[in-house]
Amino acid sequence: MVGGSQTGDDGAKAPSAEQPGHPTAEPWPLWEVFVRSSRGLSHVHAGSLHAPDADMAVRNARDLYTRRNEGVSLWVVPASAIITSDPDAKGQFFESPQGKDYRHATYYTKSEGVKHL
Amino acid sequence: MSESNASATRITPGNALRPEDIAASDVRPSEAVAEYALRLGDDALILAQRLGWWISRAPELEEDVALGNIALDQIGHARSFLTYAARAWDKTEDDLAYFRGEDEFRSTHLVEQPNGDFARTIARQLVVSQYQFALYSRLVSSSDATLAAIAAKAVKEVDYHRDHARQWVLRLALGTEESRRRMIEGLILTWPYVGELFEDDSLVKELEGTAVLPSSLRESFDAEIHGLFAEADLEVPEVPAAVGGGRRGEHSEHLGYLLAEMQVLAREHPGATW
Repeated sequence: MVGGSQTGDDGAKAPSAEQPGHPTAEPWPLWEVFVRSSRGLSHVHAGSLHAPDADMAVRNARDLYTRRNEGVSLWVVPASAIITSDPDAKGQFFESPQGKDYRHATYYTKSEGVKHL
Repeated sequence: MSESNASATRITPGNALRPEDIAASDVRPSEAVAEYALRLGDDALILAQRLGWWISRAPELEEDVALGNIALDQIGHARSFLTYAARAWDKTEDDLAYFRGEDEFRSTHLVEQPNGDFARTIARQLVVSQYQFALYSRLVSSSDATLAAIAAKAVKEVDYHRDHARQWVLRLALGTEESRRRMIEGLILTWPYVGELFEDDSLVKELEGTAVLPSSLRESFDAEIHGLFAEADLEVPEVPAAVGGGRRGEHSEHLGYLLAEMQVLAREHPGATW
């Protein structure tokens, strides 16, 4: 549909902050969405969305992230409830495994005579 | 309504009946069944056209998508019903959607009503989705296998539309003073058009066992509305019924403008594909 719609109903105005009588519009809170696909074993972060509450967040997630049969289960989590690692603490958090090759299976050589490996 | 299925990301779900399958089948509906399919298809088509207006205009982006999804579901139902009806007259779904005049449309007055504000659209959505849910729930048992198959696919989708509308009625009615005022106003503007949905006429009586008698849906509709309104602290508006006649092709002034916009491209460029 094009702009300047003739059938677009004069009364139709989305609520906005400028509109008199409408309470100051605060943006809806942000939610993080996790989708488990039919073949997936765990929920995977798919993106985020805005919704007024948890029930509507699940519905919005269904509309936004499972339109093409992507999922069989959804989680939504308030973005504010997610605790992140400190981006400035990269060193002590994530560099420790470097050089610790023995934490990988490929470090080990197969002993003679071991079957089914 | 093009037949483009060439999307790399599309996963055709299960064995859901598609309009293309109906067009390709040998089943031809009788004149009466086609007339009935036209009614259901026109309700869905006109509602979809109305809802499409909201894209980019809803209160939040997420709601643009929600209403857009609902509109697309309705287009899907319209395509199936119209494709089926069109077979009776050796026409196509596009012939029926784009090249009929206002008095040839069989939709009810409710679906052509203006969108108004978001609350009014939600009020209309509530009524339409509750009605369609009750209707399709029963149409799955129709003696006409094609109508039953279309209903079987549609009922799952309108169940979601119904949930969407009910959630918003609760939130608007129990939200702020302003949202509650708008919800009540939307229901008052919508309710005059409820009665027409449940009117029987000679066609549906003739099609007993194939069509669903509209009057038989009223009880479950009322029960679901009363349950929701009790929760939302709302009352059924006491307003006089509007003059109906949509099933006979008698429409309000709104439909002509809506059709002009919906049909202009196909009429200016007949046979155009995109």
